[in-house]
Amino acid sequence: MRIAILADIHGNLEAFRACLEHARTGGADRVVLLGDLVGYGADPEAVLDLAVQEVAAGALALLGNHDEAAAAGRSPGMNDVAAAAIAWTHRRLDPGQRRFLAGLPLSAEIEGCLLVHAEASDPGAWHYVTDAEAARRSLDATEAAITVCGHVHRPALYSLGESGKLTPFRPVTGAPVPLARSRRWLAVLGAVGQPRDSNPAACYGMLDTTTPEITWVRVPYDIAAAASKIRAAGLPERLADRLFLGR
Amino acid sequence: MARPGARIDGFELGEVLHEGGMALLFRVTHPDHTLPLLMKVPRLRPGEDPAAIVSFEMEQMILPRLSGPHVPLFVAQAGFEVDPYVVMERIEGPSLSARLRDLPLPPEEVATIGAAVAEALDDLHRQHVVHLDVKPANILFRPDGTAVMADFGLAHHEQLPDLMAEEFRLPYGSAPYMAPEQALGLRSDPRSDLFALGTVLYQLATGELPFGAPQHLRAVKRRQWRDPVPPRRRNPAIPPWLQEIMLRCLEPVADRRYPSAAQLAFALRHPDQVALGPRATKKRRDPPLVVLRRWLRPEPPAPPPRGTAGQVAGAPIFAVALDLSQGGEGLGALLRDQMAKILAGRPEARLACLNVLRGPSTGAEVNPHVRRLVELRHWARPLGLPEARVTFHVLEATDAAEAILDYARANRVDHLVLGARENSMARRLLGSVSGKVAAEAPCNVTVVRRRRLDNAGA
Repeated sequence: MRIAILADIHGNLEAFRACLEHARTGGADRVVLLGDLVGYGADPEAVLDLAVQEVAAGALALLGNHDEAAAAGRSPGMNDVAAAAIAWTHRRLDPGQRRFLAGLPLSAEIEGCLLVHAEASDPGAWHYVTDAEAARRSLDATEAAITVCGHVHRPALYSLGESGKLTPFRPVTGAPVPLARSRRWLAVLGAVGQPRDSNPAACYGMLDTTTPEITWVRVPYDIAAAASKIRAAGLPERLADRLFLGR
Repeated sequence: MARPGARIDGFELGEVLHEGGMALLFRVTHPDHTLPLLMKVPRLRPGEDPAAIVSFEMEQMILPRLSGPHVPLFVAQAGFEVDPYVVMERIEGPSLSARLRDLPLPPEEVATIGAAVAEALDDLHRQHVVHLDVKPANILFRPDGTAVMADFGLAHHEQLPDLMAEEFRLPYGSAPYMAPEQALGLRSDPRSDLFALGTVLYQLATGELPFGAPQHLRAVKRRQWRDPVPPRRRNPAIPPWLQEIMLRCLEPVADRRYPSAAQLAFALRHPDQVALGPRATKKRRDPPLVVLRRWLRPEPPAPPPRGTAGQVAGAPIFAVALDLSQGGEGLGALLRDQMAKILAGRPEARLACLNVLRGPSTGAEVNPHVRRLVELRHWARPLGLPEARVTFHVLEATDAAEAILDYARANRVDHLVLGARENSMARRLLGSVSGKVAAEAPCNVTVVRRRRLDNAGA
């Protein structure tokens, strides 16, 4: 089965639509929305409408820290820009949309693959997998051979072998990586709606559970449209600028 | 369990073809496959080297991603959850090890073998792979002489996680052939394979290994500063051009070797065009002071900044085809301007200047072949390229386009530049050379044409 996994959409409707369309054309059998549907971007309502529609059609949606905060209207521990975007997003959502977000699960398993927004050791604590040590903590906490997460907005792949050595790897766009069954893997996807690896194109993951292998896919989208909506909404200017830079 | 007579996933196991340190090779057959096949099974008995498992995992990742005539075709595999194996095409020809009984080989044969292997390596490097275990046992030949690289258990693929790099501090590889930077743990430089090929060629031409067969990594690291005995000292029958090529491959610093395997193959296929420098006539090893200076060299080797395939792409082979008989100095100057732009900022690129001589002309006072070479050199002089980066070739043929195309195929040209004939009468009679070349070339083609001043609207 080919699963298109979209992490960190962050209210960016243009990027979300572009990735969904790309995934359909690429033969995705199933769609997973890996958390942080909202926050930062100017289209939380439209993104949630589309997400609800996808879920009704069989997609799986998981909770991210921005979803949790936007549903509750509280943003503990977030920086000023993120907190401002959460407050703005919370006001825009109707009670039904807040309930949808609040009801999302923290993690799920499909065909033995663990799907979680942040990492596996304590999914609700929103730890960031930015290095091998954090990756090991997550890998130690699960039996799953393959874990896929987002949250960091920068693609990475960690592999744990029989000997206990952990191999970090920076994935190459469009180059499928075989996930040998003799080892355990933690794949960190890039962001759909706010990439931060100096490549402004939207990023999603295509996981083939049969082979098994995973590909980091990059999709161009109308950045200017998404950015001008952020400016028009009166959200912090920096949230618009960074989309062009992918940082 | 894999043993002769067993059947695994429809593959019937025949005799053991080879028993290696990390794996066993069986001859296998399968009713769905007509191709000759072999099955590789890792040694997994307790006490075996744990590197065997990781190396097998690497081969399972890399081999299915490779294609073309220079690798065994991948057929099937199974992972470690059951009995692991890889099934691939069995190359019928012998490995280069078979020739080690007849050393030293004549220089011409060494060059032919070297060019074939360099072409295979060029193909691998362009597929993002550094082999890192180039040695006679891993070099096979198809019946037509095409070289095939076997065993990707120690290889590096720049688009896949490098499990060997992380699992083992001690770099693996065959000590007699290993490049110095590889001994220091650097695994992404395609020029490491050129060093290894240089040691193989040295062995073929002299009968001896340039650095012996050290048992310890510390001894391998010595080749960062200690140069080998010049091959001509060991075998005076080796011509200077071949010594030049071998010693350039064996340069301790990768930047001083050939920038790509294709350029090495080019040199081996055109001995008369090899620019002979001090390496060609070197009679003894470097004096202690020079060795000491290298030993004191502070900076460790760095990976190629553009990556494996990027290193090769940054060192293209260009060819410019010049029609010296007509078009005049005007088109020649335009072509030169274009060539200068294409070469700008590419210090590792090389240029082959071509001219097609249509049949031998009679009664000329000067040999036309020689005259054309003189004219080619004259054309290229303003480009200011050093001798080692430019070569001149007069091709004798009746069909100019076919001759240029053949040249581009045989020499792995990355980019052809040629002018379009202006005289429409000649084009009508002879056909458009540039048109045919542009349509059929295996590479980029730039056609240079003078702007025509037609009467607009007439």
